[in-house]
Amino acid sequence: MHKEVLFSVEGLYREDNEITGYRFGHGEKAACIIGAMRGNELQQLYICSQLIRTLKTLEEHGAISHNKEILVVPTVNMYGINVEKRFWPIDNVDINRCFPGDMNADSPKRIAKALFDSVQGYSYGIQFASFYMPGDFIPHVRMMETGFQSPSLANLFGLQYVVTRKPKPMDTVTLNYSWQMNGTNAFSIYTNATDTVDEKSARQAVSAVLRFLTRMGIVKYNNHSGYIASVIEEHELMPVKSDTAGFYKRLKEPGDPVYHGDVIAQVTDPYEGEIIKEIKSPTDGIIFFAHTAPMVMENAVIYKIIRRMHE
Amino acid sequence: MSFPTIAHCIKSYTMIRYNYLCINEVDMINEVVSVKMPVKEKIRILKNHFEPENATGREARLSLVTGIHGDELDGQYVCYEVIRQIKAHPELLTGTVDVYPCINPLGMDMGARGIPMFDLDMNRVFPGDNNGAMAEYVAAEVVNDIIGSDLCIDVHSSNVYIKEAPQVRLNEDCADKLLPYAKIMNADFVWVYSSITVREATLAYSLNKLGVPTLVTEMGVGLRINNAYCRQLIDGIFNIMIELGIWQGERPAVKEPIMSTEGQVDFIHAEHAGLFVSALGEQMGHIKKGERIGDIISPVDGEILQEIISPADGIVFSLRENPVIYKGTLLARVYAVR
Ligand SMILES: [Zn+2]
Repeated sequence: MHKEVLFSVEGLYREDNEITGYRFGHGEKAACIIGAMRGNELQQLYICSQLIRTLKTLEEHGAISHNKEILVVPTVNMYGINVEKRFWPIDNVDINRCFPGDMNADSPKRIAKALFDSVQGYSYGIQFASFYMPGDFIPHVRMMETGFQSPSLANLFGLQYVVTRKPKPMDTVTLNYSWQMNGTNAFSIYTNATDTVDEKSARQAVSAVLRFLTRMGIVKYNNHSGYIASVIEEHELMPVKSDTAGFYKRLKEPGDPVYHGDVIAQVTDPYEGEIIKEIKSPTDGIIFFAHTAPMVMENAVIYKIIRRMHE
Repeated sequence: MSFPTIAHCIKSYTMIRYNYLCINEVDMINEVVSVKMPVKEKIRILKNHFEPENATGREARLSLVTGIHGDELDGQYVCYEVIRQIKAHPELLTGTVDVYPCINPLGMDMGARGIPMFDLDMNRVFPGDNNGAMAEYVAAEVVNDIIGSDLCIDVHSSNVYIKEAPQVRLNEDCADKLLPYAKIMNADFVWVYSSITVREATLAYSLNKLGVPTLVTEMGVGLRINNAYCRQLIDGIFNIMIELGIWQGERPAVKEPIMSTEGQVDFIHAEHAGLFVSALGEQMGHIKKGERIGDIISPVDGEILQEIISPADGIVFSLRENPVIYKGTLLARVYAVR
């Protein structure tokens, strides 16, 4: 293992925001893994720390393949994590909306540029990502349809699902998009936590990455062969919205099967405690995403269901 | 549920009276879209609709939108003043004016730029989605309501970090259509910039694409009202209304803006973290090559880290407002004639 500072941002009074990279193996740029881009992505940071611990052991046992190099960057936003802010705290900017970055610009764009310079050229790019609304997913691999995506490779993580989607204008300034446009096969991995650490899904994510690296001949690691993924298009997921607001009780978890007409959530009056709405499943299928907050507002997407699929 | 009390009666009377007044005066406050929040409150996007007495339905229509970013307040004063003047002289109104004073009311209440719960920039969700979550849904309803306007003006105020001189910004894609309006808006500066994909999710881009010519104005700084800049823009708005045949008042004197296409814009960035102290007065403006724009100082060791010097004879139209800066922070934009 070789630890190095990839880029450093000088603060006014704070210690420098150092972006640390961990390299394993030598030679061809095989795989690059990025953890927390946002300051609230604690699960993503945790997964990286566990991955680094495992890769260190593998390297000591000679299990990194000859002429393959892996780079892991646990976070680019130490400043945000330490003050519990999602974005880069100075000027409140989302670093993952600044790619491919620019060295002659504000600090978040400089961070993006420096990071991109360090992480481009790898065959495979993996990012542990998060969603802006509170909720849990079935752990899955996500790819943008840029014309360069390859769902068959995404399948090799052995997670249950691979989701592909058309990029929106906002996506064109993300790391994942820049990676794909520059010849790296880029994947985002979603687990079912962000601001909290979920050990079980973190272990699943670490295994998924090691499984992928093994199948690509980058490391030698024996683990369960995982699932053969179902590939779904994001627009095929059926959103279920809450048509009222109040306390929210979720009755189904990600991965649960549902049938048309099943009551899947209840909304209760925030003052009087009565159930004001029972929300029913509009379809048969499997819960893919579930809203987590204790309250809900009108029009919030509370579930996304994979239609007509059974366990 | 219960017998009407005296208080009820007074309230009902007031409401009837209010509705009655609304019908008989020129304006009508409508709810464009509302979304229930968890506890007994609705987010409401309001608009005030003005049309002349004896409207035929064929009048030109201007939509004035602001408050997409909750930390931008100049637009609030602009809305107030435009509405005040229309109400003071309804007889001069010969067209339709729709004023949408606040698209992100929760953000505005908190001085937050985005939607507070998600820190989501509303100007990255247009044209929205009727089946989407809250922000997309609100965006779609707003767009839907504005469609049919002959012109839309989206008033912005920079943010809390940088101050802007009154300017109109437009994407080069729609420059042909928008420049004639931009030139008569009484702005100091018209900035035509090259298009980038991420801006496609703004209200202005979406409306332009959907056939409503839309201008974006920028001025001032976040969380403040700059009265002089506001008055300048208000004159510009009435000038446009006269041009569109919506207003029969006296034409205000408007200035000829500087066009970015005739010169070049220099961006000046910090080379050190520190405090930026401006050497310019209250307003930005003309500057000579070699003149000091400001200094980056180090408060802990009492040194000047960098002197910021104008690279050209020109005009400073953007200036860093929050003094705390990092290496790379944009300190000023200077326009220089080629
Ligand atoms: Zn704005």
